[in-house]
Amino acid sequence: METFRSHVMICGGTGCHSSGSGDLIKAFEEQIKGNGLDKEVKVVRTGCFGLCEVGPIVVIYPEGAFYSRVKAEDVKEIVEEHLLKGRIVKHLLYHDSINENSGDIKSLNEVNFYKKQKRIALKNCGIIDPENIDEYLAFDGYKALTKVLTEMTPEEVIKTVKDSGLRGRGGAGFPTGLKWDFCYKAKGDKKYVLCNADEGDPGAFMDRSVLEGDPLAVIEAMTIAGYAIGSDQGFIYVRAEYPIAVQRLQHAIKQAREYGLLGKNILETGFDFDLEVRLGAGAFVCGEETALMRSIEGKRGEPRPRPPFPANQGLFEKPTLLNNVETYANITQIILNGADWFSAIGTEKSKGTKVFALGGKINNTGLVEIPMGMTLREVLFDVGGGIPNGKKFKAAQTGGPSGGCIPTSKLDIPIDYDSLVSIGSMMGSGGLIVMDEDNCMVDIARFFMEFIVEESCGKCAPCRIGTKRMKEILDRIVAGKGVEGDIEKLEELGNMLKESALCGLGQTAPNPVLSTIRYFRDEYEAHIKDKRCPAGVCKGLMRYTIIADKCKSCGICAKNCPVSCISGEKKVPYVIDQDKCIKCGQCMEKCPFGAIELK
Amino acid sequence: MVNLKIDGKDVSVAEGTKVIEAARMANITVPSLCYLKGINEIGSCRVCVVEVKGMRTLQASCVLPVSEGMEVFTNTAKVRASRKTSMELILSDHDRQCLTCVRNQNCELQTLSEELGIGEIRYEGEQILRAKDLSSASIVRDQNKCILCRRCVAVCQNVQKVGVIEATNRGFNTTIEPAFEMNIADVACINCGQCVVSCPVGALSEKSEIDEVWDAISDSTKQVIVQPAPAVRVALGEEFGMPIGTVVTGKLVSALRDIGFDQIFDTNFGADLTIIEEGYELINRIKNGGKLPMITSCSPGWIKYCEHQYPEFTENLSSCKSPHQMVGAMIKSYYAEKNNIDPKNIVVVSIMPCTAKKFEANRPEMVDSKGIKDVDYVLTTRELARMIKQAGIDFVKLPEGEFDPMFGESTGAAAIFGATGGVMEAALRTVADVLTGQDLQNIDYEAVRGSYSGVKEATVNIGGRDFRVAVAHGTGNAKALLDDIKAGKANYDFIEIMGCPGGCITGGGQPIVPSRVRAVEDVFKARSQAIYSIDKGLPKRKSHQNVSVMNLYKDYLGEPNGHKAHELLHTHYEKRGLYKD
Amino acid sequence: MKSIKDLEAIRNKTLEDVNLRKDRKGTRVVVGMATCGIAAGARPVLLALMDEVQKRGLKDVTVAQTGCIGVCRLEPMVEVYTPGEEKVTYVSVTADMVPRIVTEHIVNGNPVMEYTIGAAENNTDKK
Repeated sequence: METFRSHVMICGGTGCHSSGSGDLIKAFEEQIKGNGLDKEVKVVRTGCFGLCEVGPIVVIYPEGAFYSRVKAEDVKEIVEEHLLKGRIVKHLLYHDSINENSGDIKSLNEVNFYKKQKRIALKNCGIIDPENIDEYLAFDGYKALTKVLTEMTPEEVIKTVKDSGLRGRGGAGFPTGLKWDFCYKAKGDKKYVLCNADEGDPGAFMDRSVLEGDPLAVIEAMTIAGYAIGSDQGFIYVRAEYPIAVQRLQHAIKQAREYGLLGKNILETGFDFDLEVRLGAGAFVCGEETALMRSIEGKRGEPRPRPPFPANQGLFEKPTLLNNVETYANITQIILNGADWFSAIGTEKSKGTKVFALGGKINNTGLVEIPMGMTLREVLFDVGGGIPNGKKFKAAQTGGPSGGCIPTSKLDIPIDYDSLVSIGSMMGSGGLIVMDEDNCMVDIARFFMEFIVEESCGKCAPCRIGTKRMKEILDRIVAGKGVEGDIEKLEELGNMLKESALCGLGQTAPNPVLSTIRYFRDEYEAHIKDKRCPAGVCKGLMRYTIIADKCKSCGICAKNCPVSCISGEKKVPYVIDQDKCIKCGQCMEKCPFGAIELK
Repeated sequence: MVNLKIDGKDVSVAEGTKVIEAARMANITVPSLCYLKGINEIGSCRVCVVEVKGMRTLQASCVLPVSEGMEVFTNTAKVRASRKTSMELILSDHDRQCLTCVRNQNCELQTLSEELGIGEIRYEGEQILRAKDLSSASIVRDQNKCILCRRCVAVCQNVQKVGVIEATNRGFNTTIEPAFEMNIADVACINCGQCVVSCPVGALSEKSEIDEVWDAISDSTKQVIVQPAPAVRVALGEEFGMPIGTVVTGKLVSALRDIGFDQIFDTNFGADLTIIEEGYELINRIKNGGKLPMITSCSPGWIKYCEHQYPEFTENLSSCKSPHQMVGAMIKSYYAEKNNIDPKNIVVVSIMPCTAKKFEANRPEMVDSKGIKDVDYVLTTRELARMIKQAGIDFVKLPEGEFDPMFGESTGAAAIFGATGGVMEAALRTVADVLTGQDLQNIDYEAVRGSYSGVKEATVNIGGRDFRVAVAHGTGNAKALLDDIKAGKANYDFIEIMGCPGGCITGGGQPIVPSRVRAVEDVFKARSQAIYSIDKGLPKRKSHQNVSVMNLYKDYLGEPNGHKAHELLHTHYEKRGLYKD
Repeated sequence: MKSIKDLEAIRNKTLEDVNLRKDRKGTRVVVGMATCGIAAGARPVLLALMDEVQKRGLKDVTVAQTGCIGVCRLEPMVEVYTPGEEKVTYVSVTADMVPRIVTEHIVNGNPVMEYTIGAAENNTDKK
C-alpha cells in the first residue's frame, strides 16, 4: 500500500453532496495531479462531519485544517498554498477553527461545535473512506466481531450489551440488551436480524449519515447480533430516497462478502451470517417495527397489534431482532471498550450518547452527538451556536411527529429518555428542530399533524380519521375560523388517540398538538378569540390595511384587486373589505406609495 | 387453562383465547366492529378496547390474548369515552343514508351506534365521495359506506384465496379496491359474495333485481315462473325472526304465490335431474377413459375460480349446467311446448343463496341460439325476503304451500345439495344403484358431510370397485386440493367443490348473520341440520326415484347424456386470465 | 476469505496510511515547504522522509509539511517534534541525510547533532 503525506477529506454526506462536494472532489484531483502531488496527497470522500450548515467541508490531514463552504474556485488556492507550500489558507477555514489569540489553528476537538460532543456512533464519520473496508479495518473495524467470535459466548455478548445500559435509539428507548435476550431465548428454526433504516422524521438524517459515513459499523454490529441471538440472515430496511446510503451499504456488503466477513464460515469460526438490503418506498409508518416487517415480506406496510412480539413472531413469523441504525452503531464500541466504559457516559437511566440532527432556527445546523444528560441549553447554545440574527428562542421540537415542543422554561432539562417524556415530548430518533419568536406554535402543530395525516397508514380508525379531524380543526384555527371549544376538542381527540390508536405512531401522533397546547395555550387562544397570530405567521389571520395618511387615492390597488374588495373615491383614502379579501397581496405589491400594510 | 379477572369476575379459559371471547364466557359482550371471529382479527376499529391493569394504553380485546392473572375492565369511563369517540369518528366518515340503505336495520354500525348511545357526532369533517362500482353482475361496491374494517379483504384473501381486493392508498384516503383500482368485474372476482355476508354495513351488497322482477310480475303478457334453491328454505325464516336452521319450505311456496308468481317450481327438481346427468357422465367417463377426476359444476363461484386460477382443470369439470339453469332450460323448452307458450313470454326467476348465480345466468353459454336465457333473473334469499316485506306478507303466519307439479317433485338427494358434501352424497346414492343394479339401503355417506374439515376424502366401494372421492368447500380449500392433485400428492375419481365455505347454505346470498351471533352460533351446523332433516323426512331419497324426472326423460329428453339432454342441460367453460386485457 | 491474521495484516498496512488522521501522539517530522524551502530542494527531502518512514514501518511518525520556518537561508529545514522532548531542527537537509536522521534520531532517539541548526550556527560563527 502506498502512503501519502497528506489526506484531503471531502465530505460526501448528503448535505455537502447537494452543496457541491462532488465537484470539489474532481477539482481537487485535477489540481493535485496538475501540481504533481498525486503520489503524495490522497483525496478521500468521507461521511458527514456534522456541520452541514457550513458545507461543503474539506479537512486536510495531518494538520486537521477544517475548510468550510469550499467552492470549486477555492481548490486551486488550497492545493497550491496548503498542499504544495504547506501554508494553511486561513481565510477559507471554518471561522471557529482559528484560535483568536494565537492565530493558530485548532484541532477539530477544540472547535466549539465539536468540543462538547462525544462521538461514538459517529466515530468514523468524516474520518474514513466509507467505501474502503481497509480503512474501516484500520480504525479498529471488525476487532469487535473477532473478539465476539473467538472469545465470547452469545450469552456473554448479550450480557455486555445489557450491562452497557444501551437503549434503542429509534425512539422508544427499549433496553437493547433485553431485546437481544428475548430473541436469543425465543424458539425458532430460523431467526432474523433487522436494521431499521427507515428514518422518516421531518428534518432527521442521523441514520442516513451513519450509513453514508460508516456503513460497515452497522454491518459488523448486525453480524455480532446474529451471533448473539443465533441468526444467519439479516435485512437492512432503508429508504429508497437515500441513494447514497443505499449505494454505500451495498458496496460495503459486497466488500464484507469478499473478505468473508459476511457469508459462510466467517473468520473460519464456523459462524454463518449474510445480509441483504431492502428498499422502502418512503412510507413513514414502515419505520414502525411490525409494518417494516410486513413491508419486507412484500405486503402493504401496516402495523399489527402486539403480542405476538417480533422477538417471538416477527419477519415471516420467525423470531426477529430489530434495532435502529444508531443503536447498532454503538455496539462495536461497547464490545471493544466494555460495558463499564459505555455506562460511565450519560445519566443513570440513559447511557451513552445520542445523535441529533439540529435544524430550524439555529446557527450550527447539522449533526451532533452529545453525551446523554447534557442540557438542552448546552446543546442549542454551546454546540448549536445559538439562535441566528439575535432572535429569541421559543421552543425546540424533539421526536419528530411523535414528539413535542419544549419551551424556554424547560431549557435546562437534561436530555435523556425519561426527562423528555416527563415534559410531554420524547427522545425520538434525534430530530431537533429549533423555533424562534417568529414561529407560530399553532402553525407548527398543524405542520406536524399534516405530516401525520399524510403518513397514517389508514388501518385503525382513531389514527385514520382522528388525525384528519384534528388537522381540520387546526386548519380552521390558523385560518381565523377557530371557535370556542376547539382547543378542548383537540385535547379530547388527542388524548383518545394516545390511548386507543393501534400502533406507536398513532399513539404519539397527537404529541405535537398536545405539547403546544400545554406550553403555548395562549397562542391558540389568541388565534381563536382575538383572531390574531402573535408570531405573524398565519396568513388567514393577517389583514391588509390601507394607511389612510399615506393613501393618495390613486385607485391602483382597487384596479389590481382580483376580487374587487377595495373601494374608494378621489381625495378619500381607499378601504379594503376584510370579509372579501383573499389575502393575495396584490394591492400591497402594486401600491406606489407604500400605503398598504400587512399585520 | 388461563385464569383471569374480567370486571371482577373470575374467568378460566383456554390458552390463546382472546379477551373478547373470554368476556363472552363471563356473559359480557364487548362491542366490536371489525372483528369477525376466525376470519378478521386485526384490531383496527378500536371499538372493542378494554382497560387492562398494568398496561399503558387501552387494548383491543379482539386481538389481545389472555394471560394468567390478567385483570380486565370492559366498562370504565375511559373505555366508554374512547369507544364513543371511535364511533363518532367512524360515523363522521360514513355515508349515513341509513333510511335508504340496503342494510337498514341489519347494520352492525347502526346497532353499535344505538347501543353505545351516540347522540351527536362532534367531529364532522371531510368525507371523500366515490362512485359506486356497478360493474359486476353480482356485487355492488359502495365505498362511501365502507368503514375499512377489512373483513371483506380477510375473507377474500385468507378464506377464499381469491384476493382481488385490498386496501389501497394511505390514511384518510384509504379505500378497498381491486388492483390499480380496476372495476371488480375486470379482475378475477368469482362473485361468491362472501365479502357481502362479511360486511357489517352497506358497502357491499348484491346487485338487486327486485324491481325487474316486480315489473315482470306486473306485466300481463309475461308468465313469471319462480324456483327456489335447496338452501333457501333453511335460511329464509331468519329474515323474519325465526331461529337459524328453521325449515320454511311450505311458507316459502305460499309467499312466492302471494307475491304473484304464476308457477312455483323447485330447483330441487333440477338437482335430481343434475344427479342423473352428472351420475351418468361420471359413469361414462370412467367406462370410456374420460378425463378424471371429474369435478362438480353446480357452483358458479367455483367455476369462475377454476376458469381464472386453474384453467388446466376446466376439462375436469362436469359439463352439466347447475340445477336452476337446467330447470330454466326445461321451462323454456319442455314446459313452453307443453303449454303452448312462446318462451319469449316466459320469465324465469331463481331464488338462490348465491350472488354468483346472477353472473352465471348472464353467461353467454346460458343463452340459446334464439337469444333466450335459461334464467332471466336471480334473486338472493335476502332479496326475496325484501320482496315479501314489500308485499306486506306476514311470513311467519303463512300456511304451508305446495310446489306446482311439473317441476315440483324432489327427493332427499336434492335437498342435501345445499350443504357441502351433498352433491357428492346424492351422486353416490344414484351411481351405486345404477352400477350395482340394486336399491341399496345404506345411503348415508357421513364421511363427506360436515364442515369440520376443508377437504374431506373417502374411498367408497361400489360393486367391487373403489371410488376415490374428495369434497372441498370454499375456494381456499379447493386450491389446496387442486395443488395436491397438481403435485401428484393426491388422486381421485370424483370431486365435489362448492365455492362457499360450508356450501350453499352459507352462501353469499343468504341472510346476513351479525358477527356477534356468528361468534357464538354455528350457522353452518344449524342450517345443515335442517337440510339433512328434510332428507331424512322424505320417502324418496335418491334422485333416480324422482318420478317426474324419469318421466321427463321418457317423454322428452330421451337418454341421460343423450343428444337432447346435451343440447339443453350441458355447457362448456372458458379459460380466463386474472385481469381483463 | 480472510482469516483473523489476514485482517490484522490489512489493518496494520492501512494504518500506515491513515495514521495521520488520528490524534498526533508520536513523532512529527515537519518539512518547511514554503517557496523558499521548495526552491532550496525541500521536495526530495520530503519524499525521502516518507519513503524512509514507510520502509521501516514506523507507525507513530507523521511526516508533515509547514510553511516558512523563518530562516530561509538554511532551507531545506526539517523539524522533529518528539513528545516530551525539545524540538530538534535540522537545516540544509538533503535527501541522503534523511536515512541517518530517521535511524539515529527517530528510531534510536539520538539526534544527529551535526545536522542541527545548532551545529550550523556554530559553523557560521567560526567562519
